[in-house]
Amino acid sequence: MKRVYVNEKWCLACHLCEYYCAFASTGEKDMARALKNVKIRPRIRVEELGGISFAVSCRHCDDPLCVKGCITGALTRVDGVIMIDSDRCIGCYTCILCCPFGAVSPTEHGAVQKCELCIRTTAGTPQCVQGCPNGTIVFEERGE
Amino acid sequence: MKKEVSSLKYVIIGNSAAAVGAVEAIRRNDSKGRIVIIGSEKYHVYSRPLISYLLMGKTDEERMKYRNNDFYRNNKCEVRLNTTAVKIDAEKKIVHLDNGDCETYDKLLVATGSSPFIPPVPGLEKVEDKFTFTTLDDAKALGEKVKENTRVLIVGAGLIGLKCAEAISKRKAEIVCVDLSTRVLSSILDEEGSEIIKRHLESNGIMFCLGRQVKEFGKGWALLDDDTGILFDVLVLAVGVRPNISLLKDAGAKTNRGILIDERCRTSIPDIYAAGDCCESMDISSGETKVMALLPNAYMQGECAGMNMSGVDFRFEKAIPMNAIGLLGKHIISAGTYKGDTYIESDGSNYKKLFYSDNRLNGYILIGNIEKAGIYTSLIRERTPLDSLDFELICKMPGLMAFSRETRAEKLGGIRNELVRA
Amino acid sequence: MAVDYLYPEYEIIRNYDRCINCRVCERQCSNEAHEYLGDMGKMVSDDAKCVNCHRCVSLCPTRALKIVKSDHTFKANANWDAAKIREIYKQAASGGVLLSSMGNPENFPVYFDKMVINASQVTNPSIDPLREPMETRIHLGAKPSKIERDKNGRIRKNLPPHLKLSMPVMFSAMSFGSISYNAHESLARAAAELGIYYNTGEGGLHEDLYKYGSNTIVQVASGRFGVHRKYLDSGAAIEIKMGQGAKPGIGGHLPGKKIVGDISRTRMIPEGTDAISPAPHHDIYSIEDLRQLVYSLKEATRYTKPVIVKIAAVHNVAAIASGIARSGADIIAIDGFRGGTGAAPTRIRDHVGIPIELALASVDKRLRDEGIRDNVSIVVGGSIRSSADVVKAVALGADCVYIGTAALIALGCHLCRNCHTGKCNWGIATQREDLVKRLNPDIGYKRVVNLMTAWQHEIKEMMGGMGINAIESLRGNRLMLRGVGLNEKELEILGIKHAGE
Repeated sequence: MKRVYVNEKWCLACHLCEYYCAFASTGEKDMARALKNVKIRPRIRVEELGGISFAVSCRHCDDPLCVKGCITGALTRVDGVIMIDSDRCIGCYTCILCCPFGAVSPTEHGAVQKCELCIRTTAGTPQCVQGCPNGTIVFEERGE
Repeated sequence: MKKEVSSLKYVIIGNSAAAVGAVEAIRRNDSKGRIVIIGSEKYHVYSRPLISYLLMGKTDEERMKYRNNDFYRNNKCEVRLNTTAVKIDAEKKIVHLDNGDCETYDKLLVATGSSPFIPPVPGLEKVEDKFTFTTLDDAKALGEKVKENTRVLIVGAGLIGLKCAEAISKRKAEIVCVDLSTRVLSSILDEEGSEIIKRHLESNGIMFCLGRQVKEFGKGWALLDDDTGILFDVLVLAVGVRPNISLLKDAGAKTNRGILIDERCRTSIPDIYAAGDCCESMDISSGETKVMALLPNAYMQGECAGMNMSGVDFRFEKAIPMNAIGLLGKHIISAGTYKGDTYIESDGSNYKKLFYSDNRLNGYILIGNIEKAGIYTSLIRERTPLDSLDFELICKMPGLMAFSRETRAEKLGGIRNELVRA
Repeated sequence: MAVDYLYPEYEIIRNYDRCINCRVCERQCSNEAHEYLGDMGKMVSDDAKCVNCHRCVSLCPTRALKIVKSDHTFKANANWDAAKIREIYKQAASGGVLLSSMGNPENFPVYFDKMVINASQVTNPSIDPLREPMETRIHLGAKPSKIERDKNGRIRKNLPPHLKLSMPVMFSAMSFGSISYNAHESLARAAAELGIYYNTGEGGLHEDLYKYGSNTIVQVASGRFGVHRKYLDSGAAIEIKMGQGAKPGIGGHLPGKKIVGDISRTRMIPEGTDAISPAPHHDIYSIEDLRQLVYSLKEATRYTKPVIVKIAAVHNVAAIASGIARSGADIIAIDGFRGGTGAAPTRIRDHVGIPIELALASVDKRLRDEGIRDNVSIVVGGSIRSSADVVKAVALGADCVYIGTAALIALGCHLCRNCHTGKCNWGIATQREDLVKRLNPDIGYKRVVNLMTAWQHEIKEMMGGMGINAIESLRGNRLMLRGVGLNEKELEILGIKHAGE
């Protein structure tokens, strides 16, 4: 299946992926309107230190520890994409305990959030990829 | 990998996380074999840890379902609810049920879970409104009794006791929590961590009598061993749970505190598997065999059992104790074993403690800021040599930055995640 | 010091209604023109640091930024314009030679823009390139003047080594050092994919790029940096650089601080030493000397590769070219005065040399008149900006063109003309690791390939319109051009009629 891959060699630490991610989930048409005076909580996060940087988001593992660990059944794997039902999630953070990539994060609303490959957004394809200026983040199928 | 093993009959005793793990695994390999689930409760499979959230009003019975309503149908499971297995005849491969029926099996999974321990305290029988807190029925019954200003005495300041306390504190009940231990959550926290949580709960109105035990109950009162008297309306007993091992023990399987299983979740009896809270398994963070009653392990053991029952060799050998728990807005994540040297960060409200020795991370406690905790978990679970990464950095900031460029390329560049599968 | 104060040339205009404080402008500006004020919760900008490279504008996700020319002004003066006054202030303060980058921006006539292309109507049919074959392939190198046959009457294969190109465009010499590794890789990969050539410039060839050798022209210049046997052998052709359009008569100087790591190794000089290319080749003071170098290089590569001699377009260009055509060189490259540079003294760049259109026309005519046009191919550079410029150059007599600036613009260059600062925000004219990585060759090479593919389509369209189905038939076909607004002398030199004639 197509996944988001990150090649840190080309990461510029511009953090645009985080903003495009945050924007994608708002459903707004204009980023200025959507994110003005908003502290963003992106599902993709850039780690940055001493000239090295890279973005991390859900890897959509074939063998997802978060799904197996989820105590509510809110996390499911649908056609390879790991989805979160925020209505079911009660914010126990067992998935945060389980995820070896640190790719699940808390939100203000209690439920956790994670990358769902923008399946639920109006764009429909990962916006971190669209917004990356340097081809660092790609969405493609690779041999497994 | 897939091998079609049709016409087998799988029987699963138990209807919770381990059972679901097993069903989902079996159906990956065998779409035809019969699966019979025997559950002693009357409910569709639900998540037990959610009973405190139900009591709190953060979820409801519908959303508590661990899998959707069509789970059994989609997985072609025959479900016998409200039915309890009373005897296993391993010789004849028959399970006897409390309604007089019996089920033959080719492969049997025992996922009977655990039951609350009732301490033998004099006078307990005189208490009218007393509850344990592990099942949906417990939560419903308790919910009926606890109103605003109800005085609740909770015996036990562990995970169950405190989740119960959190839930009913939302109802503005008066809560007193008694525990023999001098600390709260003594099984998952160290001294400082316990203190932070205790302070936090006290500031939310929950009272504690620690290092004490009840020596006698009466109607509406309890007398502690220091002769303090506590008046209460409702009593919750949360002093711990015991694995339900008797079925298998009587059938002749090897048991200790829990049922003994190997890394393929096999018991000592052929074609009988066990998974979940009723088992003992190897904690790789300590090298000890113990009962690790927690939902993620239950699911994964169930999955492992299901795979092996349906003919696929599969090992689950990365079990560690781990917990994620929120108490009145304060989150705790912990995992592994607390031994070795320590790395500590504390500001009185956020707390981090890592335990390491012999080039391995053994365990950790995070309170407050829990982001990316799973990265520490994976270090424990994978037994990652700490000299293969920047340990100083990862202590301060859990992240992929601390790993080598090659490891990161593997993790982010899309090489299959082989974490659990051996 | 107040006397020296110059109001910034550009102003950064931020629309605070649209700015979301994402700080990408701050992170991406190597000139540190943007800053986030945490206590005020807003972004601010320092206009004085802005070089107008548009990196921030391009990456701003909310289109909150634009750069405008300041309307701050000196008193209007047709003679003493603002640029001249500023330059005097700068020199009065520094006592130094002014440095500039990229091509001559002064308002000299652009002859390409004063020539128009013919098209067929009625009496000779135009050709539809989408339906009929259209040949843009060319060969560069000396062409035998007559067919020779052996005793048995069979044609003797006397064709000297040639370069074969899918279209008449090559990427001109830009050294590893003046541009980044990633820019080089982008050009190399694009040349390989397109079936054309790029040029190493005088910086040697990075070892990782030897694999593109069959699409590489290796340059030998006055500093002889990075020249060794494997280098010469790796290329498809060898170019002797005598001059550069942006700085005729001037050598090159790459400061020691840029001679680090791979650049030092590739140039074969110690880290930290200045790389000084002398103004002349110290072994060349005549055509005969040049001939010696041409043949030395041919000898060294066993006569398997064509040799190019590159000169700047200067006053006596036709006579010089005539000499080169007799020196054994296979290709003459002529660089006009608008050609780009990574750094040149401003006065030289802006005032020395002649327009390439005039140089090309006179060289082509001179070589024809002398009957030696087939001795050499002619490649021209120095601001070829579009496929129309290519077509016009070919019609004026060029076999092929060199493009530099246009290729860099495809890679992201916004012509801010600050290459000499080494802080190129687009990862092109810089060696700073964090900036170099901004140019991902996977993206860069595709953009260059796209540009060339587009130009090729357009060239075919124009050829079809003229009723010409092979670019070779257009070469020197000056009847296809007409001048607009040119005087008699200009028309004479260009060898074209005025429009309407």
